[in-house]
Amino acid sequence: MKRHLRTIALSGYFVLLLLPIYWMLNMSLRANADILSSFALYPSDPTIANYLKIFTEESWYSGYLNSIIYVTLNTVISLVTALPAAYAFSRFQFIGDKHVFFWLLTNRMAPAAVFLLPFFQLYSTFGLIDTHIAVALAHCLFNVPLAVWILEGFMSGIPREIDETAFIDGYSFPRFFAAVFIPLIRAGIGVTAFFCFMFSWVELLLARTLTITNAKPIVATMTRTVSATGLDWGLLAAAGILTIVPGALVIWFVRNHLAKGFALGRV
Amino acid sequence: MEKWQDNRAWLLILPVFVIVAFSAVVPLITVVNYSVQDIFGPGQRLFVGTEWFREVLGDPRLHAALWRQFGFSALVLVLEIPLGVLIALAMPKKGWGVSLSLVLLALPLLIPWNVIGTIWIIFTRPDIGLMGAALNAMGLAFDHTARPLDAWITLMLMEVWHWTPLVALLAYAGLRAIPEPYYQAAKIDGASAWAVFRYIQLPKMRGVLTIAVLLRFMDSFLIYAEPFVLTGGGPGDSTTFLSIYLVKIAVGQFDLGPAAAFSLIYFLIVLLFSWLFYQALQNVGTGANR
Repeated sequence: MKRHLRTIALSGYFVLLLLPIYWMLNMSLRANADILSSFALYPSDPTIANYLKIFTEESWYSGYLNSIIYVTLNTVISLVTALPAAYAFSRFQFIGDKHVFFWLLTNRMAPAAVFLLPFFQLYSTFGLIDTHIAVALAHCLFNVPLAVWILEGFMSGIPREIDETAFIDGYSFPRFFAAVFIPLIRAGIGVTAFFCFMFSWVELLLARTLTITNAKPIVATMTRTVSATGLDWGLLAAAGILTIVPGALVIWFVRNHLAKGFALGRV
Repeated sequence: MEKWQDNRAWLLILPVFVIVAFSAVVPLITVVNYSVQDIFGPGQRLFVGTEWFREVLGDPRLHAALWRQFGFSALVLVLEIPLGVLIALAMPKKGWGVSLSLVLLALPLLIPWNVIGTIWIIFTRPDIGLMGAALNAMGLAFDHTARPLDAWITLMLMEVWHWTPLVALLAYAGLRAIPEPYYQAAKIDGASAWAVFRYIQLPKMRGVLTIAVLLRFMDSFLIYAEPFVLTGGGPGDSTTFLSIYLVKIAVGQFDLGPAAAFSLIYFLIVLLFSWLFYQALQNVGTGANR
């Protein structure tokens, strides 16, 4: 009896959770004139015209491509730099270790708005404005510290005897790291990649400021459409639905490690 | 077991050091530069000392934004933490329901922040939105673009909808870490469900809940994109939070000096809370606070 009550309450919550997303899906499948003229709980005359427009117009689909390019770049940079650093923090005591760790952490907490102008100036100086790498580097501000944290949490769960045994067996450090250690923290690397992907994918402010046209992300394309043209709700909804898809696809692969990742590897 | 002592570990963190220095230290120095100078154009600048700081600290709109920000973050915590714990308690412990619940919970967290705003505009508009239309049909005039209270209600609903899953995921991870014998012992003692929650589950969740409280505080304190899209900081100034106000000054009016001074003050407030967060995090998982 009590179990049933719980299940019903939880199901109710999930319905509420999905309702706004369903509503956007509903809008995305209707033509704009239809949306404005009649109120409907479901699309009576569903159309995929909105989606077709996004897939055929370059100004729209290039936004998705740009986003995917800089998010991927950022994830790779974050992982490659964070892996050795996380190992250092999890295994060694060295001068200033706690201070550096705290300093990294402050960057995860830094308001992106604070760095807006200086980023713009800095990247202008290097001629990086409107390039994918600019956004990827800017997002390192919060993703590299995050990656170090999560990986450190996962690595600390691996007993140090494994390292010692490998070194006694004659492994060099790079070989041990690549052949023994990385396979052991596979799950952690997957989760970290997922979180880097996620936080770079959802960010708007920096991505919008550092790009003009060539690397403009989809999230910026959307906001500019809102302010410029007379609103096409159907199109906007379709674009929104398409931004959810990549996340929904990757979520499945890390579902069992999600909670641990959100706890920065510390559960 | 003690960690190995070896300063060569610095070589391992060098890449991170360089990349974060490039994306954090250099920009921060630029901000400090701006905050003490009046810049007319390239090569034309005047050292003005603390003038911008005094101007910013005396700005009543900034004070209003700051209190609004604290109020918003406090409300976020009061609503999201208990709700998240309840959801975690209601979640199934095994079977296919676990994966399904986890995936559903994570879904709002993966939506770009401005799309969150877009979703809620579409959902709450009186003419095309399900919620707006339903409320109006019940005879309640609801319009978040015109009435500050409605804007706040919409914003809070959006915020709770968006981030409560994070709290639930954390609380669930904490609950799963409790060994089964604890529950068996409680059962033998005839403990009530409340007693189990109060004396077993809540203390065991302390670590993850600390993380949840601090993450939610920090991120709600830095909120920008969602209210920017949903309300644009209005009606009036009623939902202008710190980040929105800062971007207005920096990009909208291009007042570099005051914006930089504001940035530094904002950053210092955040830094203070980061330190508290760090202290709390240090104890998580070591058993020191269990």
